[in-house]
Amino acid sequence: MEFGDTLARTAEMAPQLDVGEKLVLNIGPSHPSTHGVLRLVLELDGEVITKADTDVGYLHRGDEKIAENMTWNQFVPYTDRLDYLAPLANNVAYTCAVEKLMGYDLPPRAKVTRVICCELARISAHLLGLGAFAMDVGAMTMFLYTFTEREKIYNLIELLTGARFTTSFTRVGGQTRDLPPGFLDGVKEFSEQFMGKLDEFGKMLNRNRIFVDRTKDIGVISSTAALDFGLTGPNLRGSGNDYDVRKYFPYLGYETYDFEVPVGQTGDCYDRFAVRMEEMRQSVKILLQAVAKMPGGPWMVSDPKNILPPKDKVLTKMEELIHQFIVVTQGPDAPPGEVYFGAENPKGELGFYLNSRGGGVPHRLKIRAPSFCNLGILNTLLPGHTVSDVPAILGSIDFVMGECDR
Amino acid sequence: MSEAAADSSADLVAAVKILPEFRGETSWEVPKERLVELMTALKKEGMTYLVDITAVDNQGEDPRFEVVYELCDLSSRKHLRVKTRAAEGEPVPSVCSVWKGADWHEREAWDMVGVKFSGHPDLRRILMWDGYPHHPLRKDFPLEGLPTEMPDIAFTAKAPLEGGPFVTSPAPFSHEREPRAHPAEERSL
Amino acid sequence: MGYNSKVEGNIVLTTLDAAVNWMRKNSLWPMPMGLACCAIELMASASSRFDIARFGAEVMRFSPRQSDLMIVAGTVTYKMALATKRIWDQMAEPKWCIAMGACASTGGMYRSYAVLQGIDHLVPVDVYVSGCPPRPEAVLEALMTLQDKIARSRGVVLNQKQAA
Repeated sequence: MEFGDTLARTAEMAPQLDVGEKLVLNIGPSHPSTHGVLRLVLELDGEVITKADTDVGYLHRGDEKIAENMTWNQFVPYTDRLDYLAPLANNVAYTCAVEKLMGYDLPPRAKVTRVICCELARISAHLLGLGAFAMDVGAMTMFLYTFTEREKIYNLIELLTGARFTTSFTRVGGQTRDLPPGFLDGVKEFSEQFMGKLDEFGKMLNRNRIFVDRTKDIGVISSTAALDFGLTGPNLRGSGNDYDVRKYFPYLGYETYDFEVPVGQTGDCYDRFAVRMEEMRQSVKILLQAVAKMPGGPWMVSDPKNILPPKDKVLTKMEELIHQFIVVTQGPDAPPGEVYFGAENPKGELGFYLNSRGGGVPHRLKIRAPSFCNLGILNTLLPGHTVSDVPAILGSIDFVMGECDR
Repeated sequence: MSEAAADSSADLVAAVKILPEFRGETSWEVPKERLVELMTALKKEGMTYLVDITAVDNQGEDPRFEVVYELCDLSSRKHLRVKTRAAEGEPVPSVCSVWKGADWHEREAWDMVGVKFSGHPDLRRILMWDGYPHHPLRKDFPLEGLPTEMPDIAFTAKAPLEGGPFVTSPAPFSHEREPRAHPAEERSL
Repeated sequence: MGYNSKVEGNIVLTTLDAAVNWMRKNSLWPMPMGLACCAIELMASASSRFDIARFGAEVMRFSPRQSDLMIVAGTVTYKMALATKRIWDQMAEPKWCIAMGACASTGGMYRSYAVLQGIDHLVPVDVYVSGCPPRPEAVLEALMTLQDKIARSRGVVLNQKQAA
């Protein structure tokens, strides 16, 4: 039996063989990076990804179908569970959309309260996103530090709404109750000590050799590609486009606050991380301004036919009791028409498309989820990277499956 | 050449129906044959950001389905809504060639409502699993679902709604708006 | 069992069941099946404020082969259901399951076409935790309840049926 020179024989055969043998790797729906249930099917050539297929839908709960059977106010708890890292922001975005449909203009106190809610939620969501990202990339301590800060925010949110998490705080026309005493002082105290903590987090990660090596020039998304895929939020701003709904299409009086929008340059994972860190600083700036300018006055729109009347009147007067009954059972009576409202959520632009045929129930409610659009880029982004880059990229895109799958 | 272009664009402008403004938003309606043409022109004009694609099931009307595109021009800070209608079984041309982000939105519209998009590179289910036989967001599909079985992949069963869902319907008078139970058996299909 | 070190010295007499149960309950390694929002509260219960490490359960092994407690935290959709069952099957005996939150216990507020109405349709649940999401204190209470259940189980070595 003749074997000959194996190297020569292989070189001879090489043109007829398939280049390498591809391995199909399934990063299954249950995996350690704490981003929820996402499935990636990767085709690998050695360590390099050649094709990627993203499989979402493992948390599809049928929110939009449920919305067609719920009144406008009854749907608020479902919005909590969309981006479950920042429930207050989702509540605010949804009720702002319904108020746009109904044509309401909120009183100033409600607007400032909602701004505080949104910014607290933004800080909370970015903290967890960064903590999980750092943990995936290897810096385990960051996770515990950010969670300690989040517990402080949870205390504030619990004081305001009654629940640490899944708040269901806003209603069409305002919110469930007025600010409790001590809340504004608590927010001010938190904001003042948080800047120091951010510096501490920065010291841990900004020039951390391993972190920078794992995130610099990884997952580069160009600005045009990002916009073409519909990316929004820190993902888009990390690539150089400064689109922020609070500046472009201001709502809730954001044009009266003084804050900047951080924009990255390269569009790699490190830039997205840096944008989020800086956004938290700007959020603290907004919080301090909001606390300083909190006006007095009513905190609900007064429209007795569609908005819940104050509880003390409901329990003592007949007319308010009847209105309460009608609003709770039949929901606020929305005019027929369609409306789109987008808000700047921590993950991107959360939009609600409401199609109403009149009555208390939407005909169609579509949730424009930022994470759904952000994940659409994965199939194009991943090929060319190695498998070890996948946690870094997923962490930097910072998506939430509750929002993506609804 | 430019005359042909001018003719076709005048023709396109004539095909677009401008709907009444509501809450400060502009909406256009366009027949689906001119959709890709209009979208390409709009993107060139500056509508580089496709915000959302929604499919709406207006059961009882003909054409039954409506596909709503929400567009945004960031440089001039304007939103625009473009709608098109499709009857059951009629495919709508895909705008994946115009914006790459339309890919997943159209897959979701196909999955949830059952509107087919012709020219889509990979039209398969995205939120439900491949092989699921129904389109959940159609008005004739019950909220509690229908039992299906795909061994080793997924199964579904009816959720216990206990005679519900109890939901109000739009009507001018308050006593007609009272929530009523809408169990699947009594709903007109 | 009264124990006086001056009398008995360094010897403790106990039953094999009690000893093995004590070892098992104080080193439960959870497999967090963190599907949705409850996963965030689970992570909060593992972080510094509510410290699940006090109970020996901070080793959150995401591999079913190395864990003995599956905490189903979040909504189980039909698409995810069989994957969850497969992961349960891959866990080695003895194993326990905590259904954390309303969605895992009974489907929660999602009575729709896509949500499995409770993970107990597929997996034998030992402790149900109510709440949406349950506070971390409730999760720790559930862990303690499970520890009590493990402490009461009999015939562990011969793998006979467990006490309720």
